[in-house]
Amino acid sequence: MPDGQTIAASVLCAERISKSFGTVPVLFSVSMDIKAGEVHALIGENGAGKSTLMKILSGFHQPTSGRILMDGQEMTLPPNGETEKLGVVLIHQELNLAEQMTVEENVFLGREITNRGRLDRQQMAEVVQGYLDDIGLNIAPGDRISDLSIAQKQMVEIVKAMSRDARVLIMDEPTATLTEAETKLFFKQIARLKEQGVAIIFVSHKLTEVKEISDRVTVMRDGQWIATQEASDLTLDAMAQMMVGRELSDLYPPINEADVDADRVLEVKNLYAPDVEGVSFYLRKGEVLGFSGLIGSGRTAVFEAICGLAPIDGGEVLFDGAPAEFTSVSKARDAGVVYLTKDRKGKGLLLDKKMRENLTLFALPKFVRNGSVDRKAEAKAMERAVRRFDIRSRDANIDVGDLSGGNQQKLLLAKVMECDPRILIIDEPTRGIDVGTKQQIYHFIAAIAAEGVSVVVISSEMPEVIGVSHRVAVMREGQITGILSGDHINENEIVRYAAGLKRETNHD
Amino acid sequence: MTETAMTQTPKSRFQNFDFKTAGPAIALILLCIIGFLLNPAFLSEGNITNLLTRSAFIGIIAVGATFVITAGGIDLSVGSMAAVIAGVMIIVMNGAVDTFGTGVTTVLIGCGCSVILGIGAGFINGFLTTKGKIEAFIVTLGTMGIFRSLVTYFADGGTLSLNYDIRGVYRPVYYDSFAGLPIPVWVFIVVAICGWLLLNRTAFGRYCTAIGSNESVARYSAIQVDRIKTWTYVLQGLCVSLATIIYVPRLGSASSSTGVLWELEAIAAVIIGGTVLKGGYGRIGGTILGALILTTIGNILNFTDMISNYLNGTMQGLIIIVAVWLQRGDWGRKHKNN
Repeated sequence: MPDGQTIAASVLCAERISKSFGTVPVLFSVSMDIKAGEVHALIGENGAGKSTLMKILSGFHQPTSGRILMDGQEMTLPPNGETEKLGVVLIHQELNLAEQMTVEENVFLGREITNRGRLDRQQMAEVVQGYLDDIGLNIAPGDRISDLSIAQKQMVEIVKAMSRDARVLIMDEPTATLTEAETKLFFKQIARLKEQGVAIIFVSHKLTEVKEISDRVTVMRDGQWIATQEASDLTLDAMAQMMVGRELSDLYPPINEADVDADRVLEVKNLYAPDVEGVSFYLRKGEVLGFSGLIGSGRTAVFEAICGLAPIDGGEVLFDGAPAEFTSVSKARDAGVVYLTKDRKGKGLLLDKKMRENLTLFALPKFVRNGSVDRKAEAKAMERAVRRFDIRSRDANIDVGDLSGGNQQKLLLAKVMECDPRILIIDEPTRGIDVGTKQQIYHFIAAIAAEGVSVVVISSEMPEVIGVSHRVAVMREGQITGILSGDHINENEIVRYAAGLKRETNHD
Repeated sequence: MTETAMTQTPKSRFQNFDFKTAGPAIALILLCIIGFLLNPAFLSEGNITNLLTRSAFIGIIAVGATFVITAGGIDLSVGSMAAVIAGVMIIVMNGAVDTFGTGVTTVLIGCGCSVILGIGAGFINGFLTTKGKIEAFIVTLGTMGIFRSLVTYFADGGTLSLNYDIRGVYRPVYYDSFAGLPIPVWVFIVVAICGWLLLNRTAFGRYCTAIGSNESVARYSAIQVDRIKTWTYVLQGLCVSLATIIYVPRLGSASSSTGVLWELEAIAAVIIGGTVLKGGYGRIGGTILGALILTTIGNILNFTDMISNYLNGTMQGLIIIVAVWLQRGDWGRKHKNN
């Protein structure tokens, strides 16, 4: 840990920070310090507590215990982004720009330069141009945000931070949505900021990038501080090793031996679609196939294309050995291929409706008798679903938005199962739900597969993919970099494939 | 977000009595009592049938509007659509006199023409909204202008009048009664029942509600969002054409002032009835009560000298604002806490 000298030089320092949400502890005595002119990477698996730590460092959350020091002075950071005034700026992964306004307007939003009550556009434009020149960004202050690329938008966020005299810049996965070329440009600009003495905290899952750009690396796991080391002393493997290292418990059901002779119900050959660059894989009857990889690596995109939610640009999809291109979700459903979205609230359930209406919405044609919806059949289906998936609610008439996340997820699973699918694709099956319900969901998945349904589990949580899958496909940048089976399914392997350290040139 | 979305849907807060659902009915009863106190003739059989007949036009159009609004859309073109359909109907019937005479055949041709035009116009609105990906407000604002100017053009700035002989044949559709109720009221009743069944008992109705509630969820739930939305506009067009069929024999003419502001009255009826303007929750029964309330206000003002008849719009406007204010969830909650 930091010696006396580094404490003196650190701009921002977190000492033994713990944080609980309600009764749930998420951070356990974590320490981290950032020096001026340093790029400090923060790495760890999803759920390791990186986001919480960042939010505490930028004042969005208050620590339950521990101290925050700024320039060696202990202080309480003001909430709601007011730390920007102190020079600590958090750049969220979802950028925070007004799309219809210009670069200049965005940079000065809320603190416009005025001259006797009128906007001094010329001065603002000059100031912004100065910053743009500084970081070598080739856009004009008058350009509209909606016309810019994601990388450029990211740079506008940085300009915004610079114009507020940021001394500490905290960036949450800034490169997750950037292409390789854009990332290069981005790194160049980070280097410039560094020269100017800005301290940068950089959160990323891409270990090669971490190695390339950062001076020091802090590793977190399960809400705990694991290590802080010079990046030059760390190998990529060592980083991966430190991030991983959790034992799998009986959270997961025993996996039945996969039947290697079972029919291939789905076969995808060289699929091209938006964000998908030539993906091939197959799925056997009754098999659970995991899809791992970083957020934005194209896992969801593959299955949205297969299920008719996005156009297919090329390649072949064979369903039961026959070519099948589902042009709409209803066609996919009728064939028995269903996709369960990861966005439970935005795309999965009607939050202002009752459970019954939600349950039958997907398979509604099944409930139509003589042109009208058979409400008795619906009520029976609801009873069945409550029993089978253990959906608990205080009151059957409750709006779905009032259910707990776990019960919503069970209802969503029940909803897609209502049409008796042959292929079930579950995207992030346990996002934001408690561990007890997680376990139930894993057992449902195993039971569904045991009935002969083929299941695809897309997940960013590695233990989960490993715990439930017969085989695991790892994606990176729109491609499958490897398909693991048997003993090869472990976190180290997955991290290596996901980070691009390893790649199968020829997979089956 | 969840909180506000939730409060839009009525809930029984007070045992089985649901104020928000019953609100429009209570309002209508109150209006009738006021009307009776001001002038007992208000409740005479003659006035009641007159009131119902007059409600029929707006009511039928509003049933269609309930579907459009429930599915998250809006149709501003219905008044102009009614005018242009009436105009074309009259032109077609007048033109058919030479070939088919002045009998029932000609009237049926006119009615068929009306239905085709209504469905066609509705389809255009729906197609531009879904496939053209233009906001419904903009599309129907545009078609509203187009339809209105077309009828002015067809009438050459004046009035299109129906052939006098055909008028005699067609007249009973508006003026005759069946089992004590005027024909337009029967049409209104049939449309209302069909609308209620469609919205509350079929998959189509469920889909409309789902789309209005959250279009993404609908899309991920295998609902053909574009198709269903287009259908709501077609349904709206059909309702407009039915309303026009019973409207034309009333005056036997059409001009640029036919159906002016009907769109707003129809939307008002839907909103007063408790349908949520941003979609996701629709009530046919409420819409019908809404249409009756709007007509009743005008009718009462006709009966009394206390308020000038010219203030009809003011009263309707007040009713709309009060109705929506009462439907706000937190009002009920606050009231209960007090």
